[in-house]
Amino acid sequence: MGRNLTLPTVLGIALLFGLSFLAPWLKFVFTIALAKGLAVLGILLLLRAGQVSFGHALYVAVGAYTVAFTRPVAGDVLILLPLAVLAAGTVGVLVGLFVTRYRDIFFGMLNLAFSMVFYSLLEKLYAYTKGTDGITVVRPSIAGVMLERVPYEWTMLCLALTLAVGLGLLARVFLASPLGQALPAIKTRETRLEFAGISAKRVLLVSYVASAMLAGLGGGLIAMTTLHVTPLLAYWTHSGELVFIAILGGGGAVLGPFLGAVVFELVRVYAAAAFPDAWQMILGAVLLAIILFASRGLWGIYEDLTAKRGVRS
Amino acid sequence: MSGALLSARGLRIAFGGVKAADGIDLDIAEGEFVAIIGPNGAGKTTFINMTTGYLRPQAGTITFAGEPITGLQPRQIVRRGIARSFQIPQLFTEHTVIENVALKVAAHRGFWHGLRPLLDRPTTAATMAILDQFGLRHVAEAKATELNEGTRKLTDIAMAMALEPRVLLMDEPTSGVASAEKFDIMDTLVGALRARGVTAVFVEHDMEVVERYADRVAVWSQGKILASGPPAEVLNDPAVLREVIGVEVKHAAGGGHAHA
Repeated sequence: MGRNLTLPTVLGIALLFGLSFLAPWLKFVFTIALAKGLAVLGILLLLRAGQVSFGHALYVAVGAYTVAFTRPVAGDVLILLPLAVLAAGTVGVLVGLFVTRYRDIFFGMLNLAFSMVFYSLLEKLYAYTKGTDGITVVRPSIAGVMLERVPYEWTMLCLALTLAVGLGLLARVFLASPLGQALPAIKTRETRLEFAGISAKRVLLVSYVASAMLAGLGGGLIAMTTLHVTPLLAYWTHSGELVFIAILGGGGAVLGPFLGAVVFELVRVYAAAAFPDAWQMILGAVLLAIILFASRGLWGIYEDLTAKRGVRS
Repeated sequence: MSGALLSARGLRIAFGGVKAADGIDLDIAEGEFVAIIGPNGAGKTTFINMTTGYLRPQAGTITFAGEPITGLQPRQIVRRGIARSFQIPQLFTEHTVIENVALKVAAHRGFWHGLRPLLDRPTTAATMAILDQFGLRHVAEAKATELNEGTRKLTDIAMAMALEPRVLLMDEPTSGVASAEKFDIMDTLVGALRARGVTAVFVEHDMEVVERYADRVAVWSQGKILASGPPAEVLNDPAVLREVIGVEVKHAAGGGHAHA
């Protein structure tokens, strides 16, 4: 955590912009990747406490559907996004009060259960959600300005990047604070934390709600980028995808989730185009390789590479 | 009792048929160093567990500074000023020594305040002061998993002391420590506790340690306190020798090396 992240962050931003200029359709891919990266940043907070949520797609979907539901009455990104975060945070408190009483497999599975309940509701309550057809979101204004498609996409990419950098920094500060440092303590010696006068449950709840809000924000961004939401957003495979990205990117630094998300989306897009029937197999092989040969994820590989170079120079 | 800082009355708890506490009355005065000795399974650690809220007694009361604390949560009891250390050190194994102790310092000083780094200037200063007192400065940056047993023990106790308790309960502070090290550790420990005016209760099997460092010894046997008094008196009591400690304390009483 003590590493200087400025250089890789600046390089990463330059690369995203450069590629988006060269291949304009990548703007869409990168915006989605950054949105997912925000959700994965939330997953990372929980991973620090040794807890894996297999249900955080719930909060992505809550954020996305909040945007879809409120778009007709509140037409601006600057209103819709905070609403998405607020809704996800509220659901996060309610669910979190329950799930933070549990650990490990029970924590993971309870999250999964909640997300699947929400998925079913989105699917069944056709009158409100249009079921599996989903809801089309009309492009919202940004700070009161209605933009055409191309400038809108650029602005959304910039917004996603700004949020990723800002919240990445905030997460870094949080993880270095006593509260953030108590998360690994939950993983290693939870009772000792209690004997220090600290409620481990409360520590976990704070992180859980923060992770829900991050996922809600990611969901809001996804809804405003794809301009269409379906119940699939809450489906358990989508939760698994977030955990997948967390492992792919690595939990050693707050850049890991974003690095993982960008690589994941690129592999997915290109693998799906090149091998329409086998892209999931390719993703699976990538994950297997990471777990077997680079358990600290892509960020770990980057750290090893730069550390070696540092020794030489 | 009136003058006692920590007071147990009629404590009872049994696990299956085993009575770990069978009507325990015990008073600890402020500033006292009390050793609890007795055979394995007598209920010594259970007393620490009940006093710190980890176990709830089936009957009886515990009062601290005149207020009942029976049945409170561990974290509520800690906040009132009773801390504990563990027979097997309970360190946060992903953290360094300084972070382990700093987490406790932060816990005591306002854990939920803001997003300052754990090792900000005041917390670091307070933590280093504790590490100095326990002779741990040289391992401050070491991971908790890299320490030898004696250092782990001291770190464990330093963590408890970071909570600035009025009473510290220690479960076998010298167990698992090389015998060459044990007096060094106890000297460091007792020096730190006396400097801070902390009342201490420690469960101990090593009679040399008990003789040298305890003001008073309470002998625990089958859930009851068999005898209580100054070490010189209690450790030479024939009943104690026969019923509880057996042959091995005769070495201690005779000035030899002893491990019960």
